[in-house]
Amino acid sequence: MDDIQGILQAMMRVAVDPTTAAVAIAVIGLNIHFGYTGLLNIGQSAFMLLGAYGFAISITQGWPLLIAILVGLLIAFVFALVLGVPTLKLRGDYLAIVTISAAEIVRYVGRSVGYERLFNLTGGAQGIPGSDYRDPFTNLSFFGNGNTTLLPFNYLDVTESPILRIAGWAIVVGLIWTAVRIGRGKMGMDGIARSVVLSVLGLVTVLLVFFLTPVNQRNTGVNGWWFTVVAWLIVAIGLLLVLGLTRSPWGRALKGVREDEDAMRSLGKNVFAIKMQALVIGGLFGAIGGMMYVLPGSVQPDALGRNITFFCYTALLLGGAATIWGPVLGSLIFFVGRIGIIAIANTYLSSDKYLNIMNGQQTAQFAFIVVGVSLMLLVIFRPQGILGDKRELRFNV
Amino acid sequence: MSRTSVLERGVTARVIAFLGLFMLVAPLLLLVSGRSADAVTLCLPQKDQNACIAGTMGSRADPIEGVDVILTKPDGSTETQTTEKDGKFAFSVTEAGDYLVGVDADTLPDGSELRPPVEANLRGPDGTIKVSGVQLGQSYGPVLTVRAADFDDSSSKWDEFLQSSVNGIRLGLLLALASIGLSLIYGTTGLSNFAHAEQVTLGGMVAYGLINVLGMGLWIGGVLVVIICAFTGWFQDRVMWQPLRRRGLGLTQMMIVTIGLSLAMQYSFQFFVGADTKRVVVASPTVREFGPIVITDRSLAAMAISAIVLVIVGFALLRTRIGRATRAVSDNPALAQASGIDTDKVIRLVWTVAMGLAGLSGMLYALVVNGIKWDTGLQILLLLFAAVTLGGLGTAFGALLGSLVIGLVVELSPLVIPGDFKYAAALLILILLLLVRPQGLLGRAQRVG
Repeated sequence: MDDIQGILQAMMRVAVDPTTAAVAIAVIGLNIHFGYTGLLNIGQSAFMLLGAYGFAISITQGWPLLIAILVGLLIAFVFALVLGVPTLKLRGDYLAIVTISAAEIVRYVGRSVGYERLFNLTGGAQGIPGSDYRDPFTNLSFFGNGNTTLLPFNYLDVTESPILRIAGWAIVVGLIWTAVRIGRGKMGMDGIARSVVLSVLGLVTVLLVFFLTPVNQRNTGVNGWWFTVVAWLIVAIGLLLVLGLTRSPWGRALKGVREDEDAMRSLGKNVFAIKMQALVIGGLFGAIGGMMYVLPGSVQPDALGRNITFFCYTALLLGGAATIWGPVLGSLIFFVGRIGIIAIANTYLSSDKYLNIMNGQQTAQFAFIVVGVSLMLLVIFRPQGILGDKRELRFNV
Repeated sequence: MSRTSVLERGVTARVIAFLGLFMLVAPLLLLVSGRSADAVTLCLPQKDQNACIAGTMGSRADPIEGVDVILTKPDGSTETQTTEKDGKFAFSVTEAGDYLVGVDADTLPDGSELRPPVEANLRGPDGTIKVSGVQLGQSYGPVLTVRAADFDDSSSKWDEFLQSSVNGIRLGLLLALASIGLSLIYGTTGLSNFAHAEQVTLGGMVAYGLINVLGMGLWIGGVLVVIICAFTGWFQDRVMWQPLRRRGLGLTQMMIVTIGLSLAMQYSFQFFVGADTKRVVVASPTVREFGPIVITDRSLAAMAISAIVLVIVGFALLRTRIGRATRAVSDNPALAQASGIDTDKVIRLVWTVAMGLAGLSGMLYALVVNGIKWDTGLQILLLLFAAVTLGGLGTAFGALLGSLVIGLVVELSPLVIPGDFKYAAALLILILLLLVRPQGLLGRAQRVG
């Protein structure tokens, strides 16, 4: 039971981790590209990396925080224009090849040591250490010092018995199942009632999860509550923005472009402009995600390479493309699940207590093999993901 | 209705069978790797007490004795050590910070000098080497390379150009082997196969397993590698791609399936074979010189084999019945099917041949660059895509042309720009070409959007 609690704690730490939220922000952007507009952008990592570079380099040059954020956004904006102009008029697979190539170019330039002036800014493959640019953000914190556990009490205060915990997790699973059913409209609720019930269910679930796996973090330091709260707050704002955008006439135009470009063109819409707007907005989300991603760590070009893009796609497809909550749900399940697999493998497959068939490095690689295989199975058997609507994914680029 | 469900069940069973087999085959590659013991140093770093800055003058095989190595400390003071017979020096320092390592030029053998490091960030003042951010409890090994003082770095540009061109053609031929398959798969099925590069790695890995570990002869092993890799292509199409095509899975979705496959394969290589470079043949290759061009025997053989195989493939595509059928399917699948061509059979053949060629390419690549690593394919994936797109998506001969162009760009660009931009240069050329000629060099123009 202690083993299981340990695994759950490890998963919970990842669930509140700001980098998980950061990837969720990037996935929200990717959802605008791929889910709503049908643009096959395989270079989301480049938007993240450029945002991160713009932000970090601006601060190391002594510019204020706000300007640094704007610089990061501006670079991503220009990058989206540069990518979009040549490719958005071509077939979809050209955008795919150009975005992934451009992402690699950005990474190669970032890790290059050939030009001294460039190297002094980017730090090559070693990158820019977080301590060089983190302080202005940390200094904004009004959370004070010390450590905090989120809820005033947790299961340890009630009882040590595992029965309570098992019951608790059973309730969590039940709550999520109910929420998903309501979300899919199978319980015959709609409108405001549905939203209210869903929010209440969500809140109760989150509180219960924190009750069962108490998380204790520093208030302000790296990876403390300040980082966590800001990151997830940005996710929430992003969700609201997407909700507003996709329910507007513009959002319907996006879906129109995804479903049938020619029809939209015959209706007098400027398809190129709509695609470009989508590319820019999704890219800006990517840039913000990139900034948040590097705040607790460092700006390393290889950490924001192709694999991050692929993880974003896995998360998006897992949660459900073209849904509001899909990106967040997918990112959570992806990262928490991956750590869960690593923790399970570490506990049961790599210890003398149980089986010892892999070493410490192999457990992480094992988790990635599972990720790859599940991405395949997911797309083959449930392309709409957890929340998606199968009819929305019939498009082809 | 019942038909679809039967089909879907078929797909399930096959995918599971495929994944099961994948997991079963992978342990065959499970091999033990030895780690070389760390070099003995005269200084042992201890946590919170001291750090070590140690290295060797000259090479391990040919150390230089009696050189004064000078360490400049953060406070500006210096410490000098004279190297012994083994050429080693080791400073133990008790302070964290930035250090500089240099040598007393007078003590170096006559006519030689310390070579400045290639990385701009390591160059210190007066020809010294920076050792930045020293922390206690760590070891640091600055590389001191000695070369002849009259060593001329800028040997004639023309010679360099010739040498790089030959290297470029060599890379181009190897890329062409893999990219023709990628292009044919795209042409016949419309699928951009992101796992293609991992098939290249697979070729090198299987070659390592058969030739290095099991000790087979180079030629027998090589033929077996191609057969095994071709079989993986046949098998993949049989259990996965054909059922998915029948089921009508969209191309975007199929492409994401290949991304998942490529992730799973990469980490399987790491899991079962390890993360370090594996050499297929341990012996060093013989080197030949043709005027200014230096090339190994192995490279020459690899280029000859690639060229011959490419000619055979080209001939088959142009002259044989099945080759014509392949081009017909590539041109217009629906029309080809209507005119009585069994497209499924053609596509199965394309997958088989493409994976065999990719495996051959990986094996030759491993032989030429002296090793294969789990991410070897990952590094050339974009070069493959660039080559295919540059030549024209779906055209076999375009892929050949595109590969040669990309190979030459990658090898020739370091003459003009820093070496670590060479892959970026190739990709930039691709993007620029798409601006002016989106259909690629040999593709046919079509109205898009």
